[in-house]
Amino acid sequence: MSHTTPAQLQASACIKLNELLALGRPLTPKDRLAIPAQEMPNQDPQVRSANMQEVATGYSPEQARLEAMRCLQCKNAPCVKGCPVAIDIPRFLQAIADGRDADAIAVIRETSLLPAVCGRVCPQETQCQAPCTLGKALKSVDKSVMIGRLERYVADLERESGQVRAPAIQPSTGRKVAVIGTGPAGITVAADVRRAGHAVTLFEAFHKPGGVLVYGIPEFRLPKRIVQQEIDALVAMGVKLDTNFVVGRTRKLQDLLDQDGFDAVFVGTGAGLPKFMNIPGENLVGVFSANEYLTRANLMRAYDPDKSHTPIFRSRQVAVLGGGNVAMDAARMAIRLGAESVHLVYRRTEVEMPARVEEVGHAKEEGVQFHLLQNAKRILGDEHDCVQGMECVRYELGAPDASGRRSPVEVKGSEFVMTVDTVIVAIGNESNPLIRQTTPGLNTNKYGNITVDETGKTSLDRVFAGGDIVLGAATVILAMGEGRRAAAAINNMLAALPLRP
Amino acid sequence: MHQIISRTQLSAEVFRMEVAAPLIARERQAGQFVIVQVDLDWGERVPLTIADADPVAGTITLIFQSVGRTTHLLADKQVGDTVAAILGPLGQPTHIEKLGTVVCVGGGIGVAPMHPIAQAMKAAGNHVVIIMGARNRELLIMEEEMRRIADELILVTDDGSYGRKGLVTQPLKELCERAPKPDCVVAIGPPIMMKFCAETTRPYGVHTLVSLNTIMVDGTGMCGGCRVTVGGKTKFVCVDGPEFDGHQVDFDNMMKRLRSYKTREDADHHQCHLDLELARKA
Repeated sequence: MSHTTPAQLQASACIKLNELLALGRPLTPKDRLAIPAQEMPNQDPQVRSANMQEVATGYSPEQARLEAMRCLQCKNAPCVKGCPVAIDIPRFLQAIADGRDADAIAVIRETSLLPAVCGRVCPQETQCQAPCTLGKALKSVDKSVMIGRLERYVADLERESGQVRAPAIQPSTGRKVAVIGTGPAGITVAADVRRAGHAVTLFEAFHKPGGVLVYGIPEFRLPKRIVQQEIDALVAMGVKLDTNFVVGRTRKLQDLLDQDGFDAVFVGTGAGLPKFMNIPGENLVGVFSANEYLTRANLMRAYDPDKSHTPIFRSRQVAVLGGGNVAMDAARMAIRLGAESVHLVYRRTEVEMPARVEEVGHAKEEGVQFHLLQNAKRILGDEHDCVQGMECVRYELGAPDASGRRSPVEVKGSEFVMTVDTVIVAIGNESNPLIRQTTPGLNTNKYGNITVDETGKTSLDRVFAGGDIVLGAATVILAMGEGRRAAAAINNMLAALPLRP
Repeated sequence: MHQIISRTQLSAEVFRMEVAAPLIARERQAGQFVIVQVDLDWGERVPLTIADADPVAGTITLIFQSVGRTTHLLADKQVGDTVAAILGPLGQPTHIEKLGTVVCVGGGIGVAPMHPIAQAMKAAGNHVVIIMGARNRELLIMEEEMRRIADELILVTDDGSYGRKGLVTQPLKELCERAPKPDCVVAIGPPIMMKFCAETTRPYGVHTLVSLNTIMVDGTGMCGGCRVTVGGKTKFVCVDGPEFDGHQVDFDNMMKRLRSYKTREDADHHQCHLDLELARKA
């Protein structure tokens, strides 16, 4: 596959942009339809598969402006309806098209807190970009306006310029709110509640804040410094950060309310309990949950064995089980850690893969081999209980079920053995039981997720929850949306109470 | 940051440290552990057992063997130095109740986590028999503390340099043959010792708890690195344990899993000994 360099992409964007600006008249819808969708500049796959740096290098100013000019400025703005936090997308795109980048980020910040993160990891192709009129006119969601890339562009510009404006904070109310978990839901709640003038303490079990954004999503997809900057912004707003503090063990949730003076608690502890396949051989040496593999590599930085004290398995042939973004992350991480071959094994076809198309494409470019309509049946070990192979079985798509989806059916007698020394299981997470087990009266559903009402309030007084601990494993932006809702409910509840000196 | 209040070298590779950790000292219960990290940027997260705690002084006591990079770095710290991060208390506390006669078997530094359990079992009104074992006299730790708790104390060394010569399983077997049989056995020590303690009590049908110390990253259920097979099912030591029914644990698989990163650890251990050697010569 030939790689178009960022410089080449910028050069062609320059030419096209100058042509359009030289027209000296407002663009017609026909002009806009004719602008090619701007490709995201990426590091060369050959180079990036051996480094941890971000794969996508971001639009050049010319590409960004050109891409924003593609927007048809639809009156009904279907894109806004596709955004879980309802960013005024046409308005921010218009600002970029006019060359007013600072105004663009200001529009986004009216509703979103983490644009640099969401611009990178949101599944835009199923959210804001899915209903885009331009994409519909061009008969492909791949040709919709690249809203996410533009969000990232203005967020990066703002951050790099050092012009991030601290939000205004209301005078102190004397009320205190505990936020448990520092992932996207917790970060959002902390910011919104602090803005209303309440004191906020963020509790994090790990030694570094950021939750899944730092332990799960790899550096090559979301650089740690971007997350750190968001945390720094919270600390600058006066949010207190308590790391190495696991609520439920270091302190019970109820004690925070009854003894430590917190007026409300938000639980945003995420979906942190890895699922396994329940097949023979899963506890052999060399079988890891994607959580473990990625946490070692990301948060613990085991990719740098000279500096990091945390070891990571040195693998030659790796099988990754699953078809989601986490499976792609684990497979691409294994490539970067020097595996000779990485095999992604998925029970259905590529169409059903929950991973983003972009991530699937990146994984393929980097050399991950896809084995579709196959699944692991058992993992085989040697005399030391080390993985030496994996027995797989083939599947075919059967008749459509009630939902119209064709479910995979095992092909009898199609078993075969794949030679691998490492198996990474990336088939999802269940909710973490720690808070549930140590907080009597906190209602959960059959999956162990905390149940909440429409405001995010749990069965316990003054206790709210949101993000994956409520939704099951979902996305960053949904967690953020839930956080905003719960924060609003907390702020309303506290506003009804008398001010405390 | 947690300041080191006291430091004692108990044997060539075993250290006892009292560190400031007021929140953990207040909440911890017998059977729980902590995750320790010596460097926030590059340090590994390792599980260590809590040997004792003083909620008034706000301190916990860690007893550890210097076997890997983190424990080497920890052992090098002096009074007044700080430990970057201590997370806890983690794991399910030991279920303590009045059972009758409880036999506590501690091997090597397994005596350290046994101490709070024996203490709590005694406080609950049990008749507490303690068997302490080590390779030799020099490696036997916390004898005084355990003597204060024990209704009966049995000391065993492999080489016979102190107490009875032999393995902890011998007096354990004798106790199982005594009438009435013990009501519960708690065994903590090297995996191989726990395995054989469980095998010793199995024919007598004496309920035997073991406390497992496996490889962990987060210690809160997130990574699954600590998983063990118990009664044919996968369990997480960090959130389901660390204590399990010893008769149900697949020790052979657990021991192999413990060796997952052995090459790396051996290299670190070797490097550390070279460093010590050089320091001694300098």
